[in-house]
Amino acid sequence: MNDALRILPEIVLVIAGVVLMLADAMMAKQSSRKPLGWLAVVGALAALAASLWQYELPPGTAYFGVVQTDAFSVFFHVLIACIVLVSLLITIDAVKDSTEGLGELFALMLFGAVGMMFMSGATELLLVFVALEISSISTYIMAGFRRKSAKSPESALKYFLLGSFATAFFLYGIALIFGATGTTRIEAIAAAVGAGNTPALIYVGLAMIIIGLGFKVSAAPFHVWTPDVYEGAPSPVVALMSTGPKAAAFAVLLRIAYGAFPLLHTHWVPALWWLAVLSMTIGNLGALRQRNVKRMLAYSSIAHAGYLLVAFTALSAEGIAAASFYAVSYAAMNVGIFAVISHAGEYDDRLTLIDDYRGLAYRSPLLGGAMAFFLISLIGIPFTGGFFGKFYVFAAALHSGLVWLTIIGLINSGIAAYYYLRVVTAVYSRPAEASPVMAVPRPSMPLLLALFLTAAATLVLGIVPTGVLARARQAAQTYPAFSQTAGTPLSER
Amino acid sequence: MHLALFIIFGVFCVAGALNLLLQRHPINSALSLIVVMSSLAVLYLLLGAEFLAAAQVIVYSGAIMVLFTFVIMLLNAGKEERTHGSRLAYIAGFPGAAALLGILTFVFLSRGGDFGQARLGEYIVTTSDLSRVLFRDLLLPFEVTSVLILIAILGAVALARKEH
Repeated sequence: MNDALRILPEIVLVIAGVVLMLADAMMAKQSSRKPLGWLAVVGALAALAASLWQYELPPGTAYFGVVQTDAFSVFFHVLIACIVLVSLLITIDAVKDSTEGLGELFALMLFGAVGMMFMSGATELLLVFVALEISSISTYIMAGFRRKSAKSPESALKYFLLGSFATAFFLYGIALIFGATGTTRIEAIAAAVGAGNTPALIYVGLAMIIIGLGFKVSAAPFHVWTPDVYEGAPSPVVALMSTGPKAAAFAVLLRIAYGAFPLLHTHWVPALWWLAVLSMTIGNLGALRQRNVKRMLAYSSIAHAGYLLVAFTALSAEGIAAASFYAVSYAAMNVGIFAVISHAGEYDDRLTLIDDYRGLAYRSPLLGGAMAFFLISLIGIPFTGGFFGKFYVFAAALHSGLVWLTIIGLINSGIAAYYYLRVVTAVYSRPAEASPVMAVPRPSMPLLLALFLTAAATLVLGIVPTGVLARARQAAQTYPAFSQTAGTPLSER
Repeated sequence: MHLALFIIFGVFCVAGALNLLLQRHPINSALSLIVVMSSLAVLYLLLGAEFLAAAQVIVYSGAIMVLFTFVIMLLNAGKEERTHGSRLAYIAGFPGAAALLGILTFVFLSRGGDFGQARLGEYIVTTSDLSRVLFRDLLLPFEVTSVLILIAILGAVALARKEH
C-alpha cells in the first residue's frame, strides 16, 4: 500500500484515462466529445493534488527500488500535472464539437503524462525507457491528429522515425552500461563507477544516452525534427509537447548525469557545454529567418533547451535548482503563448505567418496583450518568469566559473530579443487595408482560465520567485554529491 | 564448438543485417531480418540465456516477422525508389555508421580486458528465477508496459479510423 502511494499521481492519471476511454465508448455516436475534456481536467486536477500531497511523504523508494519519491521527482510531478491541466483547457477551447477522435486525444494526453511522471521519478533505467516510450509514442500520435491537413501526418511520421532512432540510441546506451556495470539501477551504477574500474564501454554508453535524450529535448545538433513537427502538429498539442516531455527528459538527464555518473563529470560536462552552445546559437539564428510563428517558436524552444543545458554544466546544487526553475518558467510562458496561438489560429491553424498576426491586438486586445506579454517573458525582461529563469541559470554558470558560456548565452539572449520583438510589433501594428479581416473567435471560459493560469504563473515567477525557487533548491538537495558546493543561497548574493 | 557456432552465426547475423540494408525489395529485406533474428537467438543461447533465445525465436522470428511479411505481401509493396533523400542518407549515413562501428570496435579491442565476465545465465536460469526478476524486481516496469501497449492501440485506432 505504501508503495502505491509513491506512484499515486500516476495511478490517478491511469484511472482517469481508462474511465475516459470507457465513457467515450458508451456515449452516443453523434454526440459531442467535448465534455470528456472536463473529465480529463478533473483527472489532471486530482493528479495535481496527489502530486502536491506527495511532498508530505518522506523520501524513499518503492517497488524494489524502481521508483523514488523525493523533492526532485515531486517537483517535476507537480510541474507536469500543471502543464497537462492547462493543455487540456487549451484543447477544449480549440476543438470543435465535430473534431474527430477527441476522446482518444484527451486520453492520450493523460496517458502521456503518466509516462512523463514516471520518467521524473524512475531510478531504474528500464523504467526510464518504458516511461520515455509512453511519453514519446503518445506525442507522436497526437502530432498526427489533424488528419485533414497534409502537414500533420507528415510531422507525425517524421517525429516518429527520428524519435524511434533516438530511442534506439538511448536503449543501446543502457545496454552498454549494463554490459559494463552489470546493473541498470542508477544508484548501483554510481557505486560501480565509484569502485574505480571504469571500462571505456561506460563512456560510450553514456554518450549514447546523452544523444538519445538530446533528441528528446531537441538540443542541437539533434534538433532537426523540431520545426517541422511543431508546424504540423495541432497547436494545443504543441503546447503540451514543447514543455511536458521536455521537462521530463531534462529530469531524466539530470538524474542520470548527476545520479549515476557524478564521478565522470569531467567527461560529460564538456559534451553538455557544446550541446548548450550549439543549441542556443543554432536555435536563435534559425529563429531569425522564420516567417512562420510556430516554426519560430520551435527554434526558440531549441534555444531555450540550450539555456537549460547551461544550468546543467554548472555542476552545482545551484545549477540543478536553476534548471528546475527554468523548466517551470519556460513551461508557463510557452504553454501560454500556444494558448493564444491555438485560439487565434484555431485547431486548423488558420494563422501561420507572422504577418497573419498583424493587428491581433486591435481585433482582440486580450489575446494581443497576452501574446505580447508571453513574448516579452520569452525575451527575459524583468517582472516576468523568463527573466528570473535566465538570471538564475547564468548566475549558476558564473559561480561555477563558466564565463565564456555565460557570455555566449547573453549574446544569444540579445539576438533572441530581435525576433520576439518582431512578433510583438506585428501584433501591435495596424493591419493593412488590403488584408482580409480575420475574425478571432470570442475567448471561451477554458481559454480564459488557461490564459489566467499561465499569465499569473509567469507574473508570479517574475515578481516573487522565492516560493518556487525554494522548492527547486529543495529538489537539488536530492543529489548530495553536489549539495556541498551550494554555498550561500542565491537570494543573499 | 562454442567458438565455431559463434563465428558461424555471427557471420550469418552480420551478413543478414547488411543484406537487409542493401536489398531494394521490402520482402527480401524482411526475409533477411528473419535470418538476423534467428541467428541472434543462437547467439543468446551460446551466452547461456536459454529463455531469451526461445522468446527471440517465438516472438521475433515467429510472430513479428510473420506479421511483417504478411503486411508487405498484403500491400503488394514494390521496389523502393531511390530519391534525393535516400541518396543523401547514403552519403551521410554510411560514414556515420562506419564511425560508430569504428568507435565501438576500438573500445572493445583496446579495453577488452577490463570488461570482466558475462554472468548471464548464472543467475537467471529456471522459470522461478525469471519470474522473480520479472514479477518482483521489475514488477513496476512490467506493469507500466501495459500503459504503453494501451496507448499504442489507442493511437492505431485513432489514426487508422476512416474519416467521415
